[in-house]
Amino acid sequence: MTRNLIIGTALSSLVLLAALVSFVWTPFDHAVMNIPAKLQTPNLSHWLGTDHFGRDIFSMVMVGARTSIAVALVAVGIGMSIGIPLGLTAAARSGSGLDELIMRGNDLVFAFPSLVIAILITAIFGAGAVNAIIAIGIFNIPVFARITRGASLSLWQREFILAARVSGKGLARISAEHILPNIANLLIVQGTIQFSLGILAEAGLSYVGLGAQPPTPSWGRMLADAQTMVSFAPHLALIPGSAIIVTVLGLNLMGDGLRDWLDPKLRVART
Amino acid sequence: MQGLFSHWRATRTYFCYTIGNRRFFICDLTFLLRSLWTFSRRPSNVPPMIRYSLKRLLSLILSLAVASLVIFFVIEIAPGDPASFMLGINAQPDTVAALRIELGLDQSKFARYADWVGGMVQGDFGTSYTYRTPVAGMISDRLWVSLPLALYALILSTLIAFPAGIYAASRRGKTGDMAVMGATQLGVAVPNFWFAMMLVLIFAINLRWFNAGGFAGWDKGLLAGLHSLTLPAISLALPQAAILARVMRSALLDILGEDFMRTARAKGLSRRQALWRHGLRNAMIPVLTIIGLQFSFLLAGAIIIEQVFYLPGLGRLVFQAISARDLIVVESVVMLLVFAVITVNFLVDLAYAAVDPRLRNRT
Amino acid sequence: MSLKSLILAASSALALTAGAAVAKDSIIVAMQLEPPHLDPTSAAAGAIDSVLYSNVFEGLTRFMGDGSVVPGLAKSWEISDDGLTYTFNLQAGVTFHDGTTLDAGDVKFSLDRARAEDSTNAQKALFADISEVTVVDPQTVKITLAEPNGSFLFNLAWGDAVIVAPESIDNIKTNPIGTGAFKFANWVQGDRIDLEKNADYWGTPAILNSATFKFISDPTAAFSSVMAEDVDAFIGFPAPENIPQFEADPRFQVLVGSTEGETILSINNKQAPFDNVLVRQAVAHAIDRQSIIDGAMFGYGTPIGSHFAPHNPAYVDLTGNSAYDPEKAKALLAEAGLADGFATTLHLPPPSYARRGGEIVAAQLAQVGIKAEIINVEWAQWLETVFRGKNFGLTIISHTEPMDIGIYARPEYYFQYDNKGFQELMADLNGTTDPDKRVTLMQQAQTILSEDYVNGYLFQLAQLSVAKAGVQGLWTNAPTQAADLTAVSWAD
Repeated sequence: MTRNLIIGTALSSLVLLAALVSFVWTPFDHAVMNIPAKLQTPNLSHWLGTDHFGRDIFSMVMVGARTSIAVALVAVGIGMSIGIPLGLTAAARSGSGLDELIMRGNDLVFAFPSLVIAILITAIFGAGAVNAIIAIGIFNIPVFARITRGASLSLWQREFILAARVSGKGLARISAEHILPNIANLLIVQGTIQFSLGILAEAGLSYVGLGAQPPTPSWGRMLADAQTMVSFAPHLALIPGSAIIVTVLGLNLMGDGLRDWLDPKLRVART
Repeated sequence: MQGLFSHWRATRTYFCYTIGNRRFFICDLTFLLRSLWTFSRRPSNVPPMIRYSLKRLLSLILSLAVASLVIFFVIEIAPGDPASFMLGINAQPDTVAALRIELGLDQSKFARYADWVGGMVQGDFGTSYTYRTPVAGMISDRLWVSLPLALYALILSTLIAFPAGIYAASRRGKTGDMAVMGATQLGVAVPNFWFAMMLVLIFAINLRWFNAGGFAGWDKGLLAGLHSLTLPAISLALPQAAILARVMRSALLDILGEDFMRTARAKGLSRRQALWRHGLRNAMIPVLTIIGLQFSFLLAGAIIIEQVFYLPGLGRLVFQAISARDLIVVESVVMLLVFAVITVNFLVDLAYAAVDPRLRNRT
Repeated sequence: MSLKSLILAASSALALTAGAAVAKDSIIVAMQLEPPHLDPTSAAAGAIDSVLYSNVFEGLTRFMGDGSVVPGLAKSWEISDDGLTYTFNLQAGVTFHDGTTLDAGDVKFSLDRARAEDSTNAQKALFADISEVTVVDPQTVKITLAEPNGSFLFNLAWGDAVIVAPESIDNIKTNPIGTGAFKFANWVQGDRIDLEKNADYWGTPAILNSATFKFISDPTAAFSSVMAEDVDAFIGFPAPENIPQFEADPRFQVLVGSTEGETILSINNKQAPFDNVLVRQAVAHAIDRQSIIDGAMFGYGTPIGSHFAPHNPAYVDLTGNSAYDPEKAKALLAEAGLADGFATTLHLPPPSYARRGGEIVAAQLAQVGIKAEIINVEWAQWLETVFRGKNFGLTIISHTEPMDIGIYARPEYYFQYDNKGFQELMADLNGTTDPDKRVTLMQQAQTILSEDYVNGYLFQLAQLSVAKAGVQGLWTNAPTQAADLTAVSWAD
């Protein structure tokens, strides 16, 4: 089903394009308020209308894409850069105390209610994009550690690894040179999925006011601002909501498509 | 045994004099851990299943201990003082100090940690700083909203996902399958709080079929209670149903490829008959695992939905307690949720080990 | 049961409920915040007073809906010529809800408890001037002050100064025992508090038989609960954007009143560059009050030019001193040597006047080159960082205590305004009991603050309430945090 891949890539690219273009051009300055012109419905001058401060919603959605992508991407980066080495180590020393420690640590992180902890982290260390990234990133670590360990374990039984061991290569070197390239596909697919989950998590955190702070636009906060006004200005909620859905849908389709394309037999754990 | 006992006594003396009020707990815990450790290490004459259980129990207790430490000390560093929060901006410093003493906040962090953990072991979660009522009572009140909500959402999600998943599997590759799979993709992509806002807009504000928020209370009758939980349950159930339907479909498709299904088909059963008679039962294992995971997610993850619908559930309690710096409430609720997840994992592990003897010899 | 009798039974049941609806003697009043507990004398939470003030608890004096102070449990008093001794004569036949009689000993107990060393009264300063409380006889109590205090009767009207029964203290937080026209009946935490009529009330009894307070903090839920007629009134409606919808609906009446909340852009007067009056003046001219009121409060609110409530007789309109003039603001910044602007922080607590108002303020400051980084904080954090830590540049907050201009005489107060002249003026005001002289002094004080540009003065917070058309007797204004239901009834 490469159709998934095509639709997914198209949608994701659209969002990415909007984010990139916003660096050089937006229809209006996303931060400039014009209170007499507030709460306009979509029209020729403001293509998606204006918000309760008279800001141009189209420009805000474009810049908001930037925020969402940045937060989710860095959070996945954190998860990968810590989780993958942990998973590789655990697999290389499978059955040892270290393995046990890493896996139990994983279970422990998994046992924490992620959303509650994310809210705690931002409440304690202050609301903002950086803390949102850390909060989301922490819960990406065990995901990557677990999937890396799971996929690597079977590889360690394979002949080419045994050959590498016989030739005297160390565990770390084998992990980096032979194991990692063989599980890269799997990690890329999981990365896409975590990326889309990260977008949703960022939206949720900024919805409760704990994501990027104003004047940086973020889709979740646009929704929160819209909440009391949906009864007379539904476009305030429909537009950022659609932006989130399109992005997450695009990434998920792309992830599924990638999985089918890279390896039809691959199974990725989705939670 | 003699050696162990004297070690225990030594530990007991040590902890009793260093850590305040809850001394009995500290030494009892050390004793318990040591005996479990020795027991699970003893090679002979202990059946492997029991040894495995003990090992897992040890790991469970250690996890809980680590979790309690992390939760307590991470939450305690939060800036903001419950006493000054309660007294507001005109309070004089000596008044704040007096209230801190009344709340027991003047004691050292370690003494308060020992008090908290020691109390919890005996089912006493302490007293809320702001409400001045026992935390255990507050939690159980809120569970009367959160648990039914999670269950309601789970039932709804199952009711949607089962038929959808079965239908899609039975129409694999055809239009029906495509439509269901497309719908599930959409379901996973919709943020549940946004969906909740839309439900409120349509069904509460425009159609007025439901209240936009609040909880009627079970004392107003079962129906009134369920009525006020309906929109929240739907918004929680939608993404879960999408995930569950996908799991259902792929589990069924896996099963369809198995030998016994081919045999069933060879015996003259139609594809659909084979699916119903043999496939469904076998697909239940992965599906039930996911349902179990979803339940614990729903319990803790409803926090934003409870916010949207203004439901007096656990999530809201945590939220309010965080902003009021009612730290003991936050700590206890988070600990309870972690306890629930860890215990469920423990039981699942034991169940798997009981079914599959090979697991017992692994850690 | 035959079908016919079933229908009969059903229709008579309907008739019964319809009949009950006509003769309404109860009310459901919604508010945004739930009290943390029910002791008004040991917490700052305004929600406690909102439910209990005047309804359940009473003080020696009390506020009326128009802000005036009238006799409460004290039916009269004499003030000695030196202004140091107040002798209060208590109302006769007052009983607490537990049946015990109110006497001078209870008054002494309440006031001594509030000013004791280990007191947890959030407004302990109100009692600071009291040197002694003596029981003259069961109906008379004498209060001696250390120095004259022109606002002492006013102070005694606060919810923090209500009279409590000594034997009820242990359980007051969950079972408040007062002397008011309503008795506390039931509290379902997270949901509602029920009050019922006090049949043995000493004064004019309440018209309603029972009242329920419901707590709905979410603005969206607040909107739909009123729309769906789940509640009879919403006092302090949190979302001004929804008010036009209620005004357009004949089922409802909207009450727009005033509060004691001066909403200000507080400036850290000790922090550079705000220690320079030119910079503070630039901030004041950079702010367009009307667009803040329109954008954040959807038009509800009265512009202010100093720290004083516009409905107070002593108010002077000083908004002209800080009219919106971004060019002048830039010029002032240049004069202060900050032609390129500067960066600072803007801490915003949770209420929407602060969060929304703050976004607009930040955008307006940016226009003149002041880069204010928005930091959204919760109350606990605000208290710690801004109020106690004084670690901030700017913040927005509504000072809701009545007549609180005296905070500017406290150099250690969080915005750290230290002006000897002003402090002496306030000392004069405290010692003055002559009403005309007090007005002159208060007007001088307002002018000093305005001309020193101590803070950015934004607007007086409006009190927005929505009620069903038939409800009468609700307070329109909020001279103190209260939802006095003692005079509320339903129109026929």
